[in-house]
Amino acid sequence: MKKGYFGDFGGQFVPELLMPPLIELERAMDEILYTEDFQNDFKRLLKDNVGRPSALTPCPNLSKDTGVNIWLKREDLNHSGAHKINNTLGQALLARKMGKKVLLTETGAGMNGVAVATAAAMMDMKCLVYMGAKDVERQEPNVRRMEVLGAEIIPVESGTRTLKDAINAALRRWIATQSDTHYCFGTAAGPHPFPLLVRELQAVISEEARQQFLDRTGRLPDAVSACVGGGSNAIGAFHHFVPDESVRLVGVEAAGSGEEGCHNSAPLNLGTEGVLHGMRTRLLQTDEGQILPSHSIAPGLDYPGVGPEHAGLQQSGRAEYVTINDSQALNAFKLLARREGIIPALESSHALAWALENADDLQGQHILVNLSGRGDKDMGIVAGLI
Amino acid sequence: MMTSILTKRIREANAQGRTALIPFLPAGFPDLDRFWTELEALDNAGASVIEIGMPFSDPVADGPAVEAASLHSLELGVNLDYILDGLIERKGRFNAGLLLMGYLNPVLQYGPKRFAKRCEQAGVSGLIIADMPADESTELRETLDAHGVSLIPLVGLNTGPERMKLYAECGNGFCYFVSVLGTTGQRDELPAEVLQKLQEAKAAFDIPIALGFGIHKPEQLEELQGLADAAVFGSALINHINEGGTCTSFMERWK
Ligand SMILES: Cc1ncc(COP(=O)(O)O)c(C=O)c1O
Repeated sequence: MKKGYFGDFGGQFVPELLMPPLIELERAMDEILYTEDFQNDFKRLLKDNVGRPSALTPCPNLSKDTGVNIWLKREDLNHSGAHKINNTLGQALLARKMGKKVLLTETGAGMNGVAVATAAAMMDMKCLVYMGAKDVERQEPNVRRMEVLGAEIIPVESGTRTLKDAINAALRRWIATQSDTHYCFGTAAGPHPFPLLVRELQAVISEEARQQFLDRTGRLPDAVSACVGGGSNAIGAFHHFVPDESVRLVGVEAAGSGEEGCHNSAPLNLGTEGVLHGMRTRLLQTDEGQILPSHSIAPGLDYPGVGPEHAGLQQSGRAEYVTINDSQALNAFKLLARREGIIPALESSHALAWALENADDLQGQHILVNLSGRGDKDMGIVAGLI
Repeated sequence: MMTSILTKRIREANAQGRTALIPFLPAGFPDLDRFWTELEALDNAGASVIEIGMPFSDPVADGPAVEAASLHSLELGVNLDYILDGLIERKGRFNAGLLLMGYLNPVLQYGPKRFAKRCEQAGVSGLIIADMPADESTELRETLDAHGVSLIPLVGLNTGPERMKLYAECGNGFCYFVSVLGTTGQRDELPAEVLQKLQEAKAAFDIPIALGFGIHKPEQLEELQGLADAAVFGSALINHINEGGTCTSFMERWK
C-alpha cells in the first residue's frame, strides 16, 4: 500500500511548502519514536503526570438496569480531563527531541488546546492555539484555562469560525514558522504522518484496556465503543483489539438533532469521499466539493471530516460506524451521572449511548466504552437541557 | 509533449526584454458579470498568462485578500461550470495563456477526466492545485496531459535539491516559485534568500520560472531580472479593485 494510506484513504495533500516539515516529522518518528529512550520517557510522563494506567470501571447499576455488562475505560481521569493529553505529551516530547521551541495547535472544544498548553508548560515550550472565533465564545472556560497555562490564543474569524477554519489557519502559520515550530495536531487526522503518529500515541488506551479486561474477566469484551470526532480516542481504543476478530469495534458519530437534513458530524455515515486538511477521507461536502458546516451538541465531535484510518476500517469492514443524536447522548450523560456518579463528556456520552440504545441486542454481552473525557466543560451546554 | 502556450507567452515577453506578467483574478470577482470584462481587460493590457482562481471553502494556502474574494465568489454561486462554460463561450478571444488555480477537492468531485476534457474545450492550458504535492499528483497529471493541460509545479524557499529535481522532471508550462514561506498577500520586501534560491530553480528547470506571492509593485522585479521570467500578482490586484480600481488601471503601472 502507498505510504501513509489506510485502504484508499490518507495521503499528503498539502502545499509543497509543508512537505519539508512533514518529511522531517516522518524521519523523527522513524528515528526517535520507537527507541527505548523515547518510550521510557513517554511512559514515565504518562505515569507521573497523567496518572496512567487509567482505571477500568464496571458499571453495576447501569448493567443491572440494562442487562448489558458495561465497562468504562476512564480517560476522563487523565490529568487535564481527556484522552488528548496522551497525544500532546507524546508529540511535545518528540518535538523537543527534534529541537523545536514552539508548539502550534488548533482546538475546537478547547480540550486539545488545554492539553497542548499543559504539555508546552511541562516541556518549557511556547504554545500557540488557533481557535475559531465562534468556539472562543462558546468554550469560555477552556479559553481561560489555556491562558492560565500560558498559551497564546488566536481567534479565527474566517469561514465558519469553527474547528475546520482553525486548522486552516494553523496550517498557514506552520508554513511560515516551520523551522522552530512543531504543529501538534490534535487528532488522528490530517496529512501523513499525523494519523499514524497520533494513533501510536493514543494506542496506550487499548493496550491497557485489553490487558485490564483480560485480568478482570479472563476474556475479551464483545464490543469496544468509542466516539468519533477526528477519530483519535476511537483509534486509540481500537488499535490493540484490531487483530481480535471476535471483538466488534464500534465508532459512534454525532447525528446532530437527528432530523433528516440537519447539520451533523457524521462523515463516515452521511458524507462522501474527498480531500481536506491534507487527507483523502470521508467528508461532509456539497456535490461541488465545498465543505459543509458540521454540528453536534458535543463540541469535540463537531468536525466535517474524519481520520483516514477510520475510513479505511469502515471500507475493510473491520469496524462499524453508527450514529447517535444529541438527545440520545444527553440521556446517556444523565444516566451515567445519576446511576454511577460519573459525569462524562458529551462526546463520550455518544459512545455510551450506543450501548444503552442497543441494550436489547446486547443482552448479557460485555461492552467496553471508552470514556474519552469528563463533563465539567459541558456544564454550560447541559444547563436547562437535562 | 508540445511546448505549452504558457511557456510560449512567457518567452515572447522575455524576448522583448520584459518580465512576463501573470495576474491572478478569482473567478466571479468582483461580481459575476464584471469578472468577464475584467478578464478581457487583463488580456488587452498585455498579460502573458492569466490565472483564474477556482473558489474553495477551505483555501489553506491563501492569505486574507484571496480567501475573502474566494468565499465571496462561493456566495455568488461560482462553481467550475460557471468558469468553464464562460470560457468555452469566449474561446478564441484571449491572447494570453489561461491557467486555473485552486484546490483538489472541487476538481475531484467534478471528476478529473471531465474536468480535463472541458479545460481543453475552454482553452485552459494549465492548472495549479495548491494542496497537491508531486507525490500525490501522478494520476491527475496523466489525465491532464492527455488533454494538453499542464500541471504547474510549485516550489519555494524550503524546496531542497531532491524535491526540486522531482518537480523539474514532471513540470511543464512554467515553474511557480513561491517567494515567501507563507500565504499569498502583499509584502514590501522579498526575503533575502530569494535570489539565491531562484538561481537554484533556474538551474534545475528548463521551463520558465514565475515568481509569486507578495509581489505588488513593479520595482520589486528589477533586482530579479534574468532570474524570474514572469511575475504573478493576486492580492495587490484584488486590493486595487476593492479600492475602486480596474484591471486596466492596475496593469498601467507594470508596462
Ligand atoms: C472528551 C473528548 N472526546 C472526544 C473528542 C473527539 O476527538 P477524537 O475523535 O479525535 O478523539 C474530543 C475532542 O475535543 C474530546 O474533547
